[in-house]
Amino acid sequence: MDRFLQTFFNPVVAAKYAPDIIAGIWVTLEIAAAVIIAGIGLGLLLACLRAYRIKVLNFFIICFADIFRALPPLVVILILYFGFPSIGIRLSGPMVLFIVLSLTLAAFAEEIFWAGFSSVEKGQWEAGIATGLGFSRTLVYIALPQAVRLAFPPLVNRVLAITKMTALGSPIGVSEILSSATTAQSFSGSATPLTMSVAAYLAIFVPMVIVARWLEGRTAWKKR
Amino acid sequence: MANRPMLEIAALEKRFGSNTILKNIDLKVAEGELVFVIGPSGSGKSTMLRCCNRLEEPTSGDIIVDGRNIMQGTSRDLDRMRLQVGMVFQGFHLYPHMSVLKNVTLAQRKALKRTKAEADARAMDMLERVGMEHKADAYPAELSGGQQQRVAIARALALDPKVMLFDEPTSALDPELVGSVLKVMKDLRAKGMTMLVVSHEMGFARETADRVVFMDGGVIVEEGTPEQIFGAPQAERTKAFLSRVSG
Amino acid sequence: MDSLLDQFFNLDVMRQSLPLLLNGLWMTLQLCCAVILLGLVGGLVVALGNMSPRRWVRWPAVVYTDLFRALPPLVLLIFIYSGLPFAGINVSPFTAVVIAFLLNNSSYYAEVYRAGLISVPKGQAEAAKATGLSKAQALIHVILPQAIRNVLPDLLSNTVEVVKLTSLASVISLSELLYSANMARSVTYNASPLVLAALIYLILLWPLVRLVSHFQRRLAA
Repeated sequence: MDRFLQTFFNPVVAAKYAPDIIAGIWVTLEIAAAVIIAGIGLGLLLACLRAYRIKVLNFFIICFADIFRALPPLVVILILYFGFPSIGIRLSGPMVLFIVLSLTLAAFAEEIFWAGFSSVEKGQWEAGIATGLGFSRTLVYIALPQAVRLAFPPLVNRVLAITKMTALGSPIGVSEILSSATTAQSFSGSATPLTMSVAAYLAIFVPMVIVARWLEGRTAWKKR
Repeated sequence: MANRPMLEIAALEKRFGSNTILKNIDLKVAEGELVFVIGPSGSGKSTMLRCCNRLEEPTSGDIIVDGRNIMQGTSRDLDRMRLQVGMVFQGFHLYPHMSVLKNVTLAQRKALKRTKAEADARAMDMLERVGMEHKADAYPAELSGGQQQRVAIARALALDPKVMLFDEPTSALDPELVGSVLKVMKDLRAKGMTMLVVSHEMGFARETADRVVFMDGGVIVEEGTPEQIFGAPQAERTKAFLSRVSG
Repeated sequence: MDSLLDQFFNLDVMRQSLPLLLNGLWMTLQLCCAVILLGLVGGLVVALGNMSPRRWVRWPAVVYTDLFRALPPLVLLIFIYSGLPFAGINVSPFTAVVIAFLLNNSSYYAEVYRAGLISVPKGQAEAAKATGLSKAQALIHVILPQAIRNVLPDLLSNTVEVVKLTSLASVISLSELLYSANMARSVTYNASPLVLAALIYLILLWPLVRLVSHFQRRLAA
């Protein structure tokens, strides 16, 4: 038992590498925040554009959403990180992570918002247009608020899943929590940094999971 | 009727926390008898019925079906007891993912362990009895409410129950469909089934019931023949209720 | 333009690396079979625990789901693969992936099942009980088929996620599709094998993604 504690909960190792892990937490949080804002923003924009039902444009939006929902993000990360430099585009690790996760979130967000738009009753659109709002203002003032409310619970779950993917930065050397921990582990020869990374992720994401659960429960309650 | 009791409720009590739903209920239903339970909503009549097969767990008291106390025994005994007590719900509760025939054969095969051929034959007999044999391959969603309820009756009958419980069997039906279900119930009574019915169909009670029980506030206020209850009710509460429902 | 084609869609490189990638694909498929089956079964067990009336069953199940939904799967995978040897437990990459994803997937599948089980009206269970079916029989024949049908789109979309997750196994050098592609890339100094891997994932998953969208639209309508 003592040896177990020494390996996984060694206070000396923990104290030594705590600054690295904390720095990693900041990197994780920064990238996560940027991904959430960019991903949801782009997803919402695409869903709104799709509402105009322009055939060519919709074809591309649907293809984009499908591809980024079907591809494992790590594949795209490796293509961008290792492939692009040879055609003269050199992107930093954090940049690649940000781009790929944002696009992935945007693809899912677009589908979620679009499902929200689709379930707004036709009468709501007709009422907006009949009262002279015009299509764009009906979209923004009438359909959008209703769609967003419907989209909220699945979106929170998706945001949670994708912000967790910031850990995918470690294979391309982004110094977020996981890669700080694995580096520290190989230097210290102790599993304690890994335990610290698990604790750090739990500290960040358990509250989010609880919020997500609460949101789900609330909307389920309303349906009844 | 001097027949032996098929269903006996003795000193039944049901409490939710400090809230008493049923107080000291005693009721015997003799073999082949049709007992009708009436009363305002919230009087506890449905709860009493649901205690009879322990869908609702009584706080205390005994439920005796054909001489056996279903409050005693293991959960497997309970499953077996429930086979002898058929139940028909207000909301039908047919299984939407199974055809009519499968709805009627499922418990026969899984609980009674009948072979497929036996179960199918029995199911077709029962469906014929409720006039639904032509819909054996249909799914519940394709049937009207009245048809669904008749299938639900066939599903219960196929298990050869000794008692049938009806929990407001026509309350969820459109008025024009009520008749078909009542006709099936009348037919059942004619064939000698023991029945305990909670319902608001006063005309049906007057016509077919052997006995009418009036419940209010979790107790049996008064019981008697339909003539007694509807013609000359004794208790004030019964009078008030009857004058309200007959408008 | 030429350099772009040469770097990303180099047919010669693709042809050379195809056998290696197909080998990787085979491993990916085996991995998928294991983690999907275990996830589906484990998730059901956890979901039933989640809904148990007994507190000492329910609480551990709830903590389990929240815990493993909060941990990124890659963190879990690395902890099991690199951490457990410190405790004297050596696991092969395949086993590490299967354990990590069982923990992760079963909590995700459990949430889906739970939503499905809640969606079945209470009267169904009562009708089953009233006809003398045991709890297990009622669950198997009456409740589960309806629950699963009600959440089929979510089960499917979760399964797509699981297949995508298997690519994480490349990080601990399990030679599945992505690892093989990345190997081929580092040998050929050309990104075409990665693009080929992406195409293979697309062929595998695009139909499923379409199906999910189709289901969702039907539910919304």
